[in-house]
Amino acid sequence: MAKLVPLADAVAELVHDGDVVALEGFTHLIPFAAGHEIIRQGRRELTLVRMTPDVIYDQLIGAGCARRLVFSWGGNPGVGSLHRFRDAVQHAWPGPLELEEHSHAGMANRYVAGASGLPFAVLRGYTGTDLPRHTANIRPVNCPFTGETLTAVAALRPDVTVVHAQRADRAGNVQMWGITGVQKEAVLAAHRSLVTVEEIVAELTPVPGQVVLPGWAVTAVAEVPGGAHPSYAQGYSVRDNDFYRAWDAVSRDRATFRDWLDRHVHRAGATA
Amino acid sequence: MSGPHPPADWTADEMMTVAAARQLRDGTACFVGIGLPSTAANLARVTHAPNLVLVYESGCLGAKPDRLPLSIGDGILADTADAVVSVPEVFNYWLQPGRIDVGFLGAAQLDRYGNLNTTVVGGDYTTPAVRLPGAGGAPEIAASCGEVVVIVRQNLRTFTARVDFVTSVGYGAGPGDRQRLGLRGGGPRLVITDLGVLEPDPVSCELTLTRLHPGVTREQARAATGWDLAVAESLTTGDPPTAHELAVLRALQATTDGSRR
Repeated sequence: MAKLVPLADAVAELVHDGDVVALEGFTHLIPFAAGHEIIRQGRRELTLVRMTPDVIYDQLIGAGCARRLVFSWGGNPGVGSLHRFRDAVQHAWPGPLELEEHSHAGMANRYVAGASGLPFAVLRGYTGTDLPRHTANIRPVNCPFTGETLTAVAALRPDVTVVHAQRADRAGNVQMWGITGVQKEAVLAAHRSLVTVEEIVAELTPVPGQVVLPGWAVTAVAEVPGGAHPSYAQGYSVRDNDFYRAWDAVSRDRATFRDWLDRHVHRAGATA
Repeated sequence: MSGPHPPADWTADEMMTVAAARQLRDGTACFVGIGLPSTAANLARVTHAPNLVLVYESGCLGAKPDRLPLSIGDGILADTADAVVSVPEVFNYWLQPGRIDVGFLGAAQLDRYGNLNTTVVGGDYTTPAVRLPGAGGAPEIAASCGEVVVIVRQNLRTFTARVDFVTSVGYGAGPGDRQRLGLRGGGPRLVITDLGVLEPDPVSCELTLTRLHPGVTREQARAATGWDLAVAESLTTGDPPTAHELAVLRALQATTDGSRR
């Protein structure tokens, strides 16, 4: 049964230096507050896993938390580049960043394999591209029935997955809806999991299109209202597109970024 | 390098977006990336193709936004979709089996066979001069959609003899490559730029200039291409944007979510 704990305690207990950490949420329900807590607690040498690194990993990379990034699309959607990510790759600032690069289809299937207890997943993908030459976790595989050559990708098994959701009840059952991305697969693929939620309620009222993660499949739940900002939680908030646009200028310059981090993360303190 | 010189009442980007929108047939299903593809697909849906099915990689099938989303996961897409499915499902059940008619892609580099690069430019892979966002959904969209429409500004930086990285396969090294690789979709049918339209030669698969936008010359298009651009015998000039197309496009762009421009 998932424990209901304050965010700072959950991060202290579940996220360790050197861990393979997946903070998922496909544009929607990105666990920003948990990412900020990881920065505040000074985690280092993390392998960060996420389909779309987004602004959240730009912040973690710029803050020096990451050694390695496993991803499939590293941009600021609709705006442009992730400048901290680019600075790390192009100039090793604040330190070198090793990359493991996939396509979205490949990453999604890697989570499915991890959640399914399989060592790999099969897809029609990557064929003819330069990605397999640089990514060891992409290999050709022959179908045992037809002989056709397909692509295998290694399962993802993060040490810990962190996601944000709309609600949980007191038993730690988690409910999310809207665009649910790969959150379910990422939680079930991981050894440990933390879900931050907009609110903890007495009873989960059914919602169309919902995904429910039973409390016994989740390690910890922390109540963090607004914990997805500047991403959003359908039914609670809208995506702060102005923040995403403003991030371009904030993140372009190292000193401006450091100042932002100091004011909005280090000195902000945990919200729960 | 001289750019296009369209008449003063529309921009080259508007012409490109309108030309792309016109290519989308009503009732087809279209896998849409953010930016120009999303703008063009929504313009088509609001003008001549009300039953165009917009599929976003965030899992929104049949989205009908009344304003342009900034990201592929804005709430307006989920709110207006016929169905919202998981990301593994959108790729495995919908894209991979060939259920999507048209894939709509952009690129940072493109070569004469329509191979696309969105990964790195210059240097080598581990120490690139410019690190781009990467693949996203593009490799499998390029592989599995019935056909691909590329929308990209035409200049010497983008239209290169060789792409620095093959992120998404067009026609590979030429005829027969898609079949040899086992790619089941048809590949790039059209490349729509701010200067005109390119189509693959039916025999050589090489991208050939088949149409110019009004006010653009073939010399401008050739000068903006990093290889010896083939020009069709039957080169035509396309129609300018209609007043209706421009009005709808501008109204859509004015509604981009959270716009403060």
